[in-house]
Amino acid sequence: MKKITVISGKGGTGKTTVVSNLAALVDNLVLADCDVDAPNMYLLLQPEIMDDRLFKSAKIAIKDQNRCTSCGVCLEVCRFNAVTSGFEINSIKCDGCGVCVAMCPTKALSLEEQETGHIYISQTDYGPMVHARLNAGGENSGKLVSRVRDLSDEIAEKEDKNIILIDGSPGIGCPVVASLKGADYSLIVTEPTLSGLSDLKRILELTRLFDITTFVVINKYDLNEDISYDIEQYCEDNSTEVIGRISFSSLVNHVLREGKLLVKEEPESKVANEIKLIWKQLSKIIGEK
Amino acid sequence: MVITVLSGKGGTGKTTVSTNLALSIDNAQLLDADVEEPDSYIFIKPDFTEEYEDVNRLIPVINNDKCTSCRKCIDFCQYNALAIMLDNVLVYPEICHSCGGCARICPEGAISEQEKTIGSIKWDHADNILEFWQGELNIGEESSIPVIEQLKKHIDPNKNVIIDAQPGTTCPTIEAAIDSDFCILVTEPTPFGLNDLQMAVEVVRDIKKPFAVIINRSEEGYDDIIEKYCKKEGIKILMKIPFMRKIAQLYSTGIPFIEEMTSWKEQFVIMYKGIEEELS
Repeated sequence: MKKITVISGKGGTGKTTVVSNLAALVDNLVLADCDVDAPNMYLLLQPEIMDDRLFKSAKIAIKDQNRCTSCGVCLEVCRFNAVTSGFEINSIKCDGCGVCVAMCPTKALSLEEQETGHIYISQTDYGPMVHARLNAGGENSGKLVSRVRDLSDEIAEKEDKNIILIDGSPGIGCPVVASLKGADYSLIVTEPTLSGLSDLKRILELTRLFDITTFVVINKYDLNEDISYDIEQYCEDNSTEVIGRISFSSLVNHVLREGKLLVKEEPESKVANEIKLIWKQLSKIIGEK
Repeated sequence: MVITVLSGKGGTGKTTVSTNLALSIDNAQLLDADVEEPDSYIFIKPDFTEEYEDVNRLIPVINNDKCTSCRKCIDFCQYNALAIMLDNVLVYPEICHSCGGCARICPEGAISEQEKTIGSIKWDHADNILEFWQGELNIGEESSIPVIEQLKKHIDPNKNVIIDAQPGTTCPTIEAAIDSDFCILVTEPTPFGLNDLQMAVEVVRDIKKPFAVIINRSEEGYDDIIEKYCKKEGIKILMKIPFMRKIAQLYSTGIPFIEEMTSWKEQFVIMYKGIEEELS
């Protein structure tokens, strides 16, 4: 079983489009949407939800008004500016560290688990899919990502799947790190803009830190061929293979707006063939190892 | 006035809006709070020089001579940043949230705290009209919040402040928005754009900020998907930036589009004044 995490550094480069279309090409896989901040894969794959679990993780401090003597210790010890001058807990700022709970001399504070979101196990036309939805302002997205990742591992094991395909989130912070843990390969989807290149450099440094074999796909590569060339050069200098190039086409947005998959709707289009080529290359590499 | 520009979905045009708006209005200060992937500098072309400010966090250090392996710190830590191995307490600095609790509760006084650099604050040293600051998280670090907090300390209350936030709907995005007077939510007319806009709206309502929407890559016949939702929810649409290859190409080479399409400068000024009036 091999695990591939698709990330991008910069947002909006086409991760979800690439993952969803690859899903339709890969046999015997499990899908995981680890972009819990902005989960979109379900819009294209129309999963049927089989299992809906509450996710509780983030804790916050709760005050028992009757015990509070307004001594101010909580305000003094809190490093998250979560205690107001009137000694109330600001639930948005509270990090749930528990320092105020431990230090309160009258035991007026306690930590309580908050419902932070939902995790779904669903069935799609292409295989099982694990996805999640975080409540507004929900904390601990890293933990939720880890839970989605672990569940997809369990399903893959139980159902003897060959591939786990993970849609990651933009950035380089905790949700991204959580989605990369245990991955055999990472696939970075970038775009030929100076922002895309700047962000690619940072995310490549991160995958190098984790020692994960990484491939790059340049989406909309013909939007600016000079920058696409710079990206190819940068990848070559850093021993990273550019495994795919997807051309700029209005067809992509058109099919997306219909909530459909390009490789299914327009299987002979240029872009569909370019995506098929990515999987052909990738499966060859995975097969060799 | 402090305005934060955010979006649920990445790549909808936060940086496009932030930089073009900041370059259009007078007396502006731009803060790039997308500290995981800061990109505004590409359009502002600042002179950061070699001088910058470190962002430090406090990380526990265990004195093994005093530690009795009682495990109280491990049981206390909500983030699982401490573990015990062969009677030695180990610290995982990337996971630590720097709450300082372990050092406070250790009965042996075996834990002290040491500063660790996790990012930097850079600023434009050139004498430009636009004042520009950028937060940057070091690669391998997981927590953006301390960098955003330190960046916000440089907010000048006498300026018209624009904050470019990180995409998403979780802690780093909220941190960028929580002290602002108004939020601009940037979206695009696709099902993905709508889905993520809805999540972003939940967040700004949760933190009780006045807000409005900009539709980027607006196209005749496609904007319905966002317009219908905004109408239903009573959300104002401030501006539509058209889907044009020229704008995309200018973006790709790091040129703010108001520089080539100068009439847009006026549009941004009018929009900004509208927000000011609404808040006064």
